[in-house]
Amino acid sequence: MTAAPASFTRRTPVRERLVEAFLALSAAIGILTTVGIVAVLVFEAVEFFREVPLLEYLTGTVWSASIKPFRFGVLPLVTGTLLVAGLALLIAIPLGLVSGIYLAEYASPRIRTVLKPLLELIAGIPTVVLGFFAINFISPILLKSLVPGIGGFSVLAGGIVVGILVTPLIASLSEDALRAVPRSLREGAFAMGATKFEVVRRVVVPAALSGIMASIILAMSRAVGETMAVVLAVGANPQLTLDIRESVQTMTAFIVQISLGDTPAGSLQFKALFAVGATLFLMTLALNLLSDRVVARFRNRY
Amino acid sequence: MTAHPAGPVAAPAAAAPRFEPSLMRRKLAGTVFLGVCLLAVGLLLLTLAVLLWDILSRGVPWLDAQFLTSGPSRRAARAGVLPALVGSIEIALLVALITFPVGVAAAIYLEEYATDGRINRLLRTNISNLAGVPSIVYGIFGLALFVRGLGLGFTLLAGALTLSLLILPVVIIASMEALRAVPHAQREAAFALGGSRWQVVRGSVLPAAAPGILTGIILAMARAIGETAPLILVGAVTFVTFLPNPIASGYTVLPIQIFQWAGDPREDFQSLAAAAITVLLVLMFVLNALAIVIRARLSRHLTW
Repeated sequence: MTAAPASFTRRTPVRERLVEAFLALSAAIGILTTVGIVAVLVFEAVEFFREVPLLEYLTGTVWSASIKPFRFGVLPLVTGTLLVAGLALLIAIPLGLVSGIYLAEYASPRIRTVLKPLLELIAGIPTVVLGFFAINFISPILLKSLVPGIGGFSVLAGGIVVGILVTPLIASLSEDALRAVPRSLREGAFAMGATKFEVVRRVVVPAALSGIMASIILAMSRAVGETMAVVLAVGANPQLTLDIRESVQTMTAFIVQISLGDTPAGSLQFKALFAVGATLFLMTLALNLLSDRVVARFRNRY
Repeated sequence: MTAHPAGPVAAPAAAAPRFEPSLMRRKLAGTVFLGVCLLAVGLLLLTLAVLLWDILSRGVPWLDAQFLTSGPSRRAARAGVLPALVGSIEIALLVALITFPVGVAAAIYLEEYATDGRINRLLRTNISNLAGVPSIVYGIFGLALFVRGLGLGFTLLAGALTLSLLILPVVIIASMEALRAVPHAQREAAFALGGSRWQVVRGSVLPAAAPGILTGIILAMARAIGETAPLILVGAVTFVTFLPNPIASGYTVLPIQIFQWAGDPREDFQSLAAAAITVLLVLMFVLNALAIVIRARLSRHLTW
């Protein structure tokens, strides 16, 4: 056997390996980002918990980061966040789910080609724009005339805009889940004499339930992490309340408040930013993992 | 199927709902539901219409040459968006420049090279989880890593790097989908000609996937332009009267400018916010239209 040209056997593999190494390195940036985020949050949060005991942070009911005496009980921020997110879901679940069902089961192809891009348009609106809509229309015009005693900033206004924001998410993800239900299931039900609505309600929706649940959990995670719309709509008044006409402060809004002011790096307030960031990260991570679980666990395989 | 002793009607599953014998009522329930569907969709469209009307009716009258060519001012009549507009465009270009090579390389690795091992599965789930991290958390990370850790300070470059990390999962996922859509025969033909793996990817798979990848990157740019929260953390300030230099301190972008004006209750400043939103929406619209055109142009000769 005559030897192959040297360049053919020796040099190509080296170049190939270099290319592969570069590609693998790029793929690893995702992991590095995750590790970096966790490391930063843990490192800075630990600094914070050296000065404020973890128990006091988790169970305290007063949050006062800029007015003395400083108190760092995170509960007002957490309840504020959950109140806004809960209200948003209360609006987005029926609206999104019904729109998703309509798109998947009822709409003609022509209506779909118009409606889908419009939904994507709502999903693509920058959140600061929705914040402006809250402060400029929803609070002063819509809510002032409908809800007595409501202020310029309120949980209600925040819930409404965040609801608008996550409705397309629920709609398009649950539409995907409904469309994945095989035709044969629908046909079987029709053959039994079920009406269209009965097929949808008793066969298609139950079969797609895991995907629908996952879309709702993801929407919850989005709502919890939502920042600009909430800052503008809900205000910056950390208080423990269930009154949706009141202004509160969410975790994200606190982070924005601290970074907008001239808080010196290294101060306790500045460290609190990282502790709240870590809390927010853990909450959304738990929701995202839960959503993965729901999909994997309850998926019907056809 | 086992025969049921009590006959077919008697006892299906215990949880089965009671049967409604009247066909008319059953059909009525369906009609009512369809009405609810149309109501929900109508409400969504109405919201969108009111939102656009609220913004455009306020913003468009303020759009003039003066608004587009001057910086912010304490007097509304003299204020403009030029520094913010230039900042937004610079950031979007930098983000595209950074995420394009890295995102496409990561997607190529995951789609064309990686075997289905544990590490690679980890890489994949990690990317989809990263897409679910709130954007403000990226801001915190960018503050710690780029602004303070690498000493970039509150510069446009630090902002672009932070947004790049945020956008990267989107670019990777879009590129992976584009690569996956290339039929297997395309690769096999190139391998059969004696191509190495990289030659096959570069010469055969990438050109075929290019329209999808480019579309994904442009859409990611549109998203980066609308992001606000992470940039607040890495120091985009609201009162910048000069055009931003990427490595000098001090820059602003459209969403930050909108945020500041929106927070000012004076009527004129609300209108300024609406006008700046109009500019932002036009910019995003242009990018989206560009994505559609590119997809149509480049995929014209690819038929499978």
